Amino acid sequence: MKASQEPINNFSDDTSSENQDRFGIQVPSPLDVHEDCAFEGAMSILVPITDAAHLIHGPSGCISNSWVINNYPSSNSTLHKVRFTTDMEESDIIFGGAKKLDKAILELVRRYKPAAVFVYSTCVSALIGDDINGVCKNASEQIGIPIIPVDSPGFVGRKNLGIRVAGEALLEHVIGTAEPELTTPLDINLIAEPNSAIWINILPLLEQLGIRVLAKITGDAQYQEICYAHRAKLNVIIDSKPLLKMVKKMEDLFDIPYIEESLDSVEDINQCLRDIVAQLGDSELQTATENLIVQEISALDIKLAAYRIRLQGKKVLIYTGGRRSWLLISTAKTLGMDVIPISSKKSSKEDRARVKKLLDKNSIILQQDNISEVVEIINHHQAQMLIASTHLQSAAHLTNIPFLDINQQSHHSYVSYAGIFTVAQELYATLYSPIWEQVRKAAPWE
Amino acid sequence: MAIVSITSTSVAVNPLKQSQAIGATLAFLGFKGMLPLLHGSPGCSAFTKIPLAQHLRKAIPLSSTAMTEVSAIMGGEDKVEQAILQLVQSYQPEIIGLCTTGLTETKGDDMRRFVKDIRYRYPELDHIPIVLVSTPDFKGTLQDGFAAVVESIVKEIPQKVEQCRPQQIALLASSAFTPGDIQEIKEIIAAFGLEAIAIPDLSALLDTHLEHEYSGITTSGTTVAQLGAIASSVFTVALGESMRGAAKILEKRFNIPYEVFGELTGLDATDKFLQALADISGQSVPEKYRRQRRQLQDVMLQTHTYFGCKRVTLALEPDLLSSMVTILQSMGAQIHAAVTTSRSPLLEKLAIPCVTIGDLEDFEQLAVGSELLIANSYASATSQRLQIPLYLQGIPICDGFRPTVGHRLGNAMSNKVGYQGTMQVLFDIGNLLLMP
Repeated sequence: MKASQEPINNFSDDTSSENQDRFGIQVPSPLDVHEDCAFEGAMSILVPITDAAHLIHGPSGCISNSWVINNYPSSNSTLHKVRFTTDMEESDIIFGGAKKLDKAILELVRRYKPAAVFVYSTCVSALIGDDINGVCKNASEQIGIPIIPVDSPGFVGRKNLGIRVAGEALLEHVIGTAEPELTTPLDINLIAEPNSAIWINILPLLEQLGIRVLAKITGDAQYQEICYAHRAKLNVIIDSKPLLKMVKKMEDLFDIPYIEESLDSVEDINQCLRDIVAQLGDSELQTATENLIVQEISALDIKLAAYRIRLQGKKVLIYTGGRRSWLLISTAKTLGMDVIPISSKKSSKEDRARVKKLLDKNSIILQQDNISEVVEIINHHQAQMLIASTHLQSAAHLTNIPFLDINQQSHHSYVSYAGIFTVAQELYATLYSPIWEQVRKAAPWE
Repeated sequence: MAIVSITSTSVAVNPLKQSQAIGATLAFLGFKGMLPLLHGSPGCSAFTKIPLAQHLRKAIPLSSTAMTEVSAIMGGEDKVEQAILQLVQSYQPEIIGLCTTGLTETKGDDMRRFVKDIRYRYPELDHIPIVLVSTPDFKGTLQDGFAAVVESIVKEIPQKVEQCRPQQIALLASSAFTPGDIQEIKEIIAAFGLEAIAIPDLSALLDTHLEHEYSGITTSGTTVAQLGAIASSVFTVALGESMRGAAKILEKRFNIPYEVFGELTGLDATDKFLQALADISGQSVPEKYRRQRRQLQDVMLQTHTYFGCKRVTLALEPDLLSSMVTILQSMGAQIHAAVTTSRSPLLEKLAIPCVTIGDLEDFEQLAVGSELLIANSYASATSQRLQIPLYLQGIPICDGFRPTVGHRLGNAMSNKVGYQGTMQVLFDIGNLLLMP
């Protein structure tokens, strides 16, 4: 539990200030719906390194998480889809699991020949005090490939903390450990939390401009490219607070400037491309970028036109907070829909400011966050659609309006110009779905 | 007679087994007003919820005691107490199901004492039964966690009663049975004029409540009152070998005779079950099932050519494995290899040469050369790599390797029991074997 102590002390930028423990971490309550842990965060950020083996040093319960983060695309190796675990059992807990871990590393390297091994500690292995740092160091010396310990017991904090822990592990053990064959003045690192859409939809745009993404931290990444990350000319960090610390450290250590970008609306995407090019300081590239933007936007406009006709002026209630809500809000606005934002009492000041900026109006703050309150708002504003998480679904049902689940996992890519179009399609499909009438209809004999 | 072999490696690759807490939570979902509560970190409860939510496509009510680093070191007792008090106040549960995790078991929290202390301090909680199960994830598997809940419930809740209700039977169904299966079983039992109290009653998961507001407790299932009345049953029908322990407890406590039915898929298995129901109820087998039986025989004639001598490799929990092996063999298919998660007295009795307790890597190696795979969604990558069709069984069934890509629909409704369900299984597997 050594490495986890330091980030805990520095962990202060989480939302609310109520209910914090002495480290300034929000103390979770059993009623808290947010359920994640540091281990999950660490895994989620590192597993997209596709040619490395990811070994969980813990009992079988922690593995069910790792099956979940499985949809990361890969253009090369698919080793990251193989689940490795020491599968700790009772005897390992009594006698210690370090020996088993050592054997596991040797065995999996022999059989699967990974580019590197990431070893994740879990609550149980941290609690019994297995020295994973020592084991990894020894094994690495013995085998000659990088074995990287990730000190990520779940109980140290929430997902965001785990993402930081992963960033620190990369800085400490990976970045700067190898030199690229060649560098160009247009080399950048793209740093984002692993939403596959970012990599699918943004990379082609950068490629068109001739910008080379040296390291993708992390999405469809090769171990080697992350070692090269210290030679990039610019770090572009997209919507990832927890990795900000890593990027700042890279600025100190390797003198790489960084820019923070978001991709939640058409303007954001335009801005992101412009910022990157401005930082790289190439005037020819600037004209090319403007051309690309014009081209993409007009293409998007043509595609959106049909949807705009049907969606314009519709009143929609959107529960704010979370990545998807920003996208939905900005797209709904682009389509000329009338968005009424609602948010819970718990939502952060920052989120509220964001709504204000995006829509030029304040969000309605729910006092109880319950159904009847939402029903009242729907009736009062004559809203025609509700976009929220499942717990408010019945408000839509009671008022007979269509409902879109904001958290419903979906395979669509919501990022970039292509993503905006997908969101528009989804808004249309929900609002005009013929099912709403049917599911609310009573049987003829009732 | 099968030889049970255990592969001994230090690294499990693509593990097959799932944690006991998942099984326990699944079992808790079959009771009404149940508050499933995990004594562990919020992460633990997320990892328990996610596979179930993907499998059943439902919001899973499961709370955690929300352990943090500080409480992991300092103590868990007040966390359990706080959680119970807060949750009882917010959700008004009728029964609480309390599971442990690897984290809290490693720490050594004495749950029995915690619960005793809480009971002593808060007499206002007296009317709420607390079902305690030990489900560390470094021990046992999903099937064990599920069985542990059923055992714990029959041990704690039913009360002694004087009168016996001749039409009432207790139904204990293991984790091998889907909500759709339970629904079909209950219908069959009802057709004999019997009333089954199911522990747990997963078929309740099929009742959707559009009006219902999300809450931390279950909204349908077997009620505490029904559980209390279990003792007046005349017979216990235990489905799945893992239910034997619970059936024995009922026999010991209330003198209720029991019979364990290993499976309800296949002609023989269903025959045996219906005969038993006819004996218990004193009624003859309803015409509906006589007719279905003739249909099944006809379907077996139609489909057996596709099964004959086909080599099948399975990776399933022991109860389900045994059931699938039996139906396949009864159709003339050959068991190429079988992998399972944990020890069970069933394994030695299987009429195959060898059973391996191992992971999906073992499965992948053993499966080479077979023509059909049967396992849960985690085996879909194996199926793709080996280019062998996969028939999905077990938990979870979601869209294989890409859970975020629209989960597979309709698992909960699927039915593999009785004559009707057997026909469906034969069609489903037959269609896979039929594919070029």
